[in-house]
Amino acid sequence: MSGDGDCEKCEELLQGYLDRDLTQEEVTIAEGHLNRCEYCRRRYRFEAHLRRYIRTTAIERMPAGLMTKLAELRGPTAEGLSE
Amino acid sequence: MSESGAADREEEDAGRRIANDARERVRFEEEALDLADQVYRVARRMVGTREEAEELVQDTYARAFRSWKSFTPGTNMRAWLLRILTNLNTDRGRKIQRTPDQQPLEESDYYLANRLAAVEGEQALEQEQVVERLSQGGVVNALADLPHDFRDVVVLVDLGEFSYADAAQILDIPIGTVMSRLHRGRRILKQTLAEETLT
Repeated sequence: MSGDGDCEKCEELLQGYLDRDLTQEEVTIAEGHLNRCEYCRRRYRFEAHLRRYIRTTAIERMPAGLMTKLAELRGPTAEGLSE
Repeated sequence: MSESGAADREEEDAGRRIANDARERVRFEEEALDLADQVYRVARRMVGTREEAEELVQDTYARAFRSWKSFTPGTNMRAWLLRILTNLNTDRGRKIQRTPDQQPLEESDYYLANRLAAVEGEQALEQEQVVERLSQGGVVNALADLPHDFRDVVVLVDLGEFSYADAAQILDIPIGTVMSRLHRGRRILKQTLAEETLT
């Protein structure tokens, strides 16, 4: 830890920073601290990796056959209707 | 103009309207079906089993196809479909779950990283592969364990990649609620991952 007591503040800004939802002032605070603090830098990087991992591992594709069932729910086709 | 001519024209107009409607409906249905895989992916993580997810998606499409006229062309159809889906899911009665207020306080945002660092060493946090210490099944279970109010938001934003604003609209809750549930939900998720996969 950097020892300047800002790690706690930096931790608070973690989610907003990665979501790009901080004010310019908050971004400056977070980045200023990250430049000085390896401890927080590692944790930010880890969080970014974690998010990507969660997104890719939790994805399950649609089972085969569901598309056919969904298509069967459609209304009568417009085929044969005059232009 | 003869009376029968006017009647003919009226009939022709009505026919054209019906044909136009049908064409619009078909276009709507095709666009909706193109999104089915994306809708399913979100649904799958909102409910416990594949069967439930399939049923929920089918109910969603049945309703969407019936009420296609209430969709405004040019707006976000994926969000519109998910709005139907989350409403149906809520109707299915998930009332036994605890409300967010009764949840234990989650650990801080660095908790999981700290736990991993304790096991693997500080340096390990730099490596992308360190997340693989958390098994795929662990991630899926940790998501499933989230109380549903938190889970819906985390799934929509972090898996479905919806904006806060879209998630707010889909779930019909204020954007501030989306943010607080998202932040807390992610912390609870990391806490569960730490406890279940690192022991």
